[in-house]
Amino acid sequence: MSDAVDTRVLTGRNSYSSLGDQIGSIVLDQRSHKLPWYGGFALGFLLLNVMLLSLAWLLYMGIGVWGVNVPVGWGFAIINFVWWIGIGHAGTLISAILLLTRQNWRNSINRFAEAMTIFAVMCAGLFPLLHTGRPWAAYWMLPYPNILGAWPQFQSPLIWDVFAVTTYITVSALFWFVGLIPDFATLRDKAKNLILKRVFGMASFGWRGSVKHWFRYETAYLILAGLSTPLVLSVHSVVSLDFAVSIIPGWHATIFPPYFVAGAIYAGFAMVLLLTIPIRKWYGLEHMITMHHIDWMAKIMLATGLIVFYGYIAEAFYGWYSANEFEWHMIWNNRMTGTYSLLYWSLIFCNGLVPQLLWWPKVRRNTLMLFTISLVVSVGMWLERFIIVVTSLHEDFVPSAWGFYNPTIWDWGLFLGTIGLFTFLMFLFVRYLPMINIFEMKDLLHKLKPGHAAPAVAHHGSGGGETQ
Amino acid sequence: MNGLHGIVAEFDNPEDLVVAVHKARENGYTRLDAYTPFPIHGLAEAIGFKDNRVPWIIFIFGVLGAAIGYGLQYYITTINYQLNVGGRPTHSWPHYIPVTFESAVLLAAFAAVLGMLALNGLPHPHHPIFNHSRFELATDDRFFLCIEADDPQFDPSETMQFLRSLDPTGVEEVPE
Repeated sequence: MSDAVDTRVLTGRNSYSSLGDQIGSIVLDQRSHKLPWYGGFALGFLLLNVMLLSLAWLLYMGIGVWGVNVPVGWGFAIINFVWWIGIGHAGTLISAILLLTRQNWRNSINRFAEAMTIFAVMCAGLFPLLHTGRPWAAYWMLPYPNILGAWPQFQSPLIWDVFAVTTYITVSALFWFVGLIPDFATLRDKAKNLILKRVFGMASFGWRGSVKHWFRYETAYLILAGLSTPLVLSVHSVVSLDFAVSIIPGWHATIFPPYFVAGAIYAGFAMVLLLTIPIRKWYGLEHMITMHHIDWMAKIMLATGLIVFYGYIAEAFYGWYSANEFEWHMIWNNRMTGTYSLLYWSLIFCNGLVPQLLWWPKVRRNTLMLFTISLVVSVGMWLERFIIVVTSLHEDFVPSAWGFYNPTIWDWGLFLGTIGLFTFLMFLFVRYLPMINIFEMKDLLHKLKPGHAAPAVAHHGSGGGETQ
Repeated sequence: MNGLHGIVAEFDNPEDLVVAVHKARENGYTRLDAYTPFPIHGLAEAIGFKDNRVPWIIFIFGVLGAAIGYGLQYYITTINYQLNVGGRPTHSWPHYIPVTFESAVLLAAFAAVLGMLALNGLPHPHHPIFNHSRFELATDDRFFLCIEADDPQFDPSETMQFLRSLDPTGVEEVPE
């Protein structure tokens, strides 16, 4: 691991101690939180209550309060599920794939992105759970021995989802927590307040930074990253198979798994940018999350955005080239010219055209422009899921089975409500946990020092084998 | 014993610590530990530490997870609860791949975290090294080298002399 580190990932004058102080003080000095924090928190809290209200009404009345009906049986529930889980994916990409590829610029944003993953997957998981109509019986989806002798149907992608999503959130949470242990120890040692000291002391498990511990820690962390990498690809591929293992026109394109994964990373990076751009400014973290970080994230967004755009073109092309009248009806009559054509063309505008601005370095370095583009992309990715779900279902094979889908106020309430839950949790996270990985930033500083080279290791022939 | 956990030298940069570890090894000390705020590559090897059990534990649990995942689905769909879905064979293995993969990853991830913690002996809040008066700096910006009292070559005054010769910023005896 003695690769050269790009010196632009950390600017300004830093010392090991100053990095720890600066990140730690956001948690330890509660007076460092200013108006923006309270504003964002209040907004999140307000929308969270909208969620609770929508939830209560839904559980009281049943899912008839939603706009779903025959023929569109999956409405906002699956749209929001796929949207949220996609947003979560950039977190794992940043923390795992960039770790494996030794991209040191991940260090400043990985903790943040991992938190985003967990909260986004929490929001995602709510939707299929509630869509069952009886979420208190959700354990029926798990294979457990019961007196009915009934088991889940393992040939159904919806059961794969249960496994994929629960594994994903569990592994993400483990990854996040393991990364936090040494930072909890730092906070334990920095805290002046006795209660905080105890709390962080317990959370740190008595971490003492022993070289032997670091050795096993790094091994475990790296392998965990190696496990998460195929996991993140598998989760969204499985999500795409919910659609693709069907015969609905517009749902069984073979491009679905890679197209969904690219879309997930696209939406996820848009969300990371939406969050980091204001927060680095509010907390004065511009020297840790530099313009280069933002520039690189924008480039990834551009690349994945192009893959997604290619997906739209491929879908339209196959609709035409397959010469299948249902496919062509789906593309031409349902999407491009039908009831929902305005949404389709907005999608092309949001996800296909607007991100082309990112080709210009000036745009990538203008945080206001980038923030706006990220917002547009987030909307675009939501529209994409709406288009996929609704346009394919509302008019399929026989005109007698055609219908329309109109989301109700309770659909919107729950959707906005989960945005509230996400915002609420993100703001709590920013306030109560170190939002940048302290020990990795110190490691980065160490590697950036002029004249740093990997220490020459003398080989002591007989020494090995000692363990504890 | 003599009521000592060991003698600790404190350094203010990782480079000095690495040099000190090499010297201690050359002088025949074997029961060493170093404490640093971030991982320093090559230091574990320098201290004579080698442990490849973590990857093996993860591997074994990954394979076990895959076996459990596949076995569960095989048992359910072909033995205990056969369903004829569109005339497909009951043992339709391609359908088993996602769940098999997910359960392999789940068990491997738990093994990675719990295995790492168990081998490290964590949680362990009352380690004697915390008796060092400045140890809270080990998670900040200081680097500590401890020669433990159970080292066969350990002698309170000689070891103290030796550690002083390494040019540390401080040397301290740490009680048990």
